[in-house]
Amino acid sequence: MENLNIFIRSIFVDNMIFAYFLGMCSFLAVSKNVKTSFGLGVAVMFMLVITLPINYLLNTYVLQPGALTWLGEEYAEVDLSFLSLILFIAVIASMTQLVEMVIEKTSPALYSSLGIFLPLIAVNCAILGGSLFMQQREFESVWTAVCAGGGWGLGWLMAICAIAAIRERIASYSNVPGPLRGIGITFIITSLMGIAFMSFLGIKI
Amino acid sequence: MSEKVTNKTVFFNPFSKNNPVIVQVLGICSVLAVTAKLEPAIVMGLSVIAVLAFSNVIISLIRSTIPTSIRIIVQLVVVAGLVIIVSELLKAYAYEVSVQLSVFIGLIITNCILMGRLEAFAMANRPWPSFLDGVGNGIGYTIILIIVGFFRELLGSGTLLGYQVVPQSFYEAGYVNNGLMILPPMALIVVACIIWVHRSLHKELQEP
Repeated sequence: MENLNIFIRSIFVDNMIFAYFLGMCSFLAVSKNVKTSFGLGVAVMFMLVITLPINYLLNTYVLQPGALTWLGEEYAEVDLSFLSLILFIAVIASMTQLVEMVIEKTSPALYSSLGIFLPLIAVNCAILGGSLFMQQREFESVWTAVCAGGGWGLGWLMAICAIAAIRERIASYSNVPGPLRGIGITFIITSLMGIAFMSFLGIKI
Repeated sequence: MSEKVTNKTVFFNPFSKNNPVIVQVLGICSVLAVTAKLEPAIVMGLSVIAVLAFSNVIISLIRSTIPTSIRIIVQLVVVAGLVIIVSELLKAYAYEVSVQLSVFIGLIITNCILMGRLEAFAMANRPWPSFLDGVGNGIGYTIILIIVGFFRELLGSGTLLGYQVVPQSFYEAGYVNNGLMILPPMALIVVACIIWVHRSLHKELQEP
């Protein structure tokens, strides 16, 4: 129940794009049409679901103060949390590379639609941000991490598809002032959607 | 002589004509998240300048020895090392600001400006121009942070750097702070306004 709550909250209330504005770079660069946006969104969701539990286990059993107690009593004092940034990003970058290779070998069709986005994912703030929020909020179990990752990923996917749909329409039907065309108007749309998403604040299941 | 001119353009171009935030559209996430007040915005800007300059130099020094297939991981590790140093320094000397910035110092690692500059510039140039490019882009980024932070703090809280600038008599006359400016979505609108003004001045940047 608690996990379901976290899943729903991660989609709507803690939405990566509209509440925290993470992963904006690829969000702004790729959201020109719905199809590619969907591909990138799926890739981000996939990586969040994979890396969040791994980083959770890493954080619980290696990095936290006193996490190394399972090695023996003399390690109980060790605090490796200053290494978390470098380990998290290493996990994310290597997982991206690994997933890319696995997909390439097993499913060429999926690779041709998803593959081009995978290098973009390693530097997507949403993925690292997810891991850092996980560390900051001290999740209870690895399932919580999976649910939060899924929720954040789904929220991101939803957001990028919505924006891409709006941008497609704006490009063909409206007359935007010259200096705002392209990036400027996208900022304003994102901002308005962010304000709309604030109405979800306080939802609880 | 020509060397000097290029160095100069490398340093000054990112200020306006090739600004990393409003023209290259990189590193937006942190612009939105840390600019509710001016002070964290300045600290964030300085951290990014430092990390960007030094990572550019390091990558530029080892650029010929990095195998291309794993260059992203190498770049990320170099940047992550530098960010850890910055974050530990901030925790030691400016604890309150580092609490306000929370995860966003860590997110400098995935700040697209860094990867963009490393890929586009440091991988192909010698250390000194790379250093200038890093500092120049860092300053370009900081300028935007400061403008956005200035307006958001002034209109949202009526203060600047924590000091009250809107006179008390205004409040007594019925002036109310615009609470909306504190919320992150408003940062996007401020950035959009900056883009609007900037592109009206530089017509060649407008999209068709």
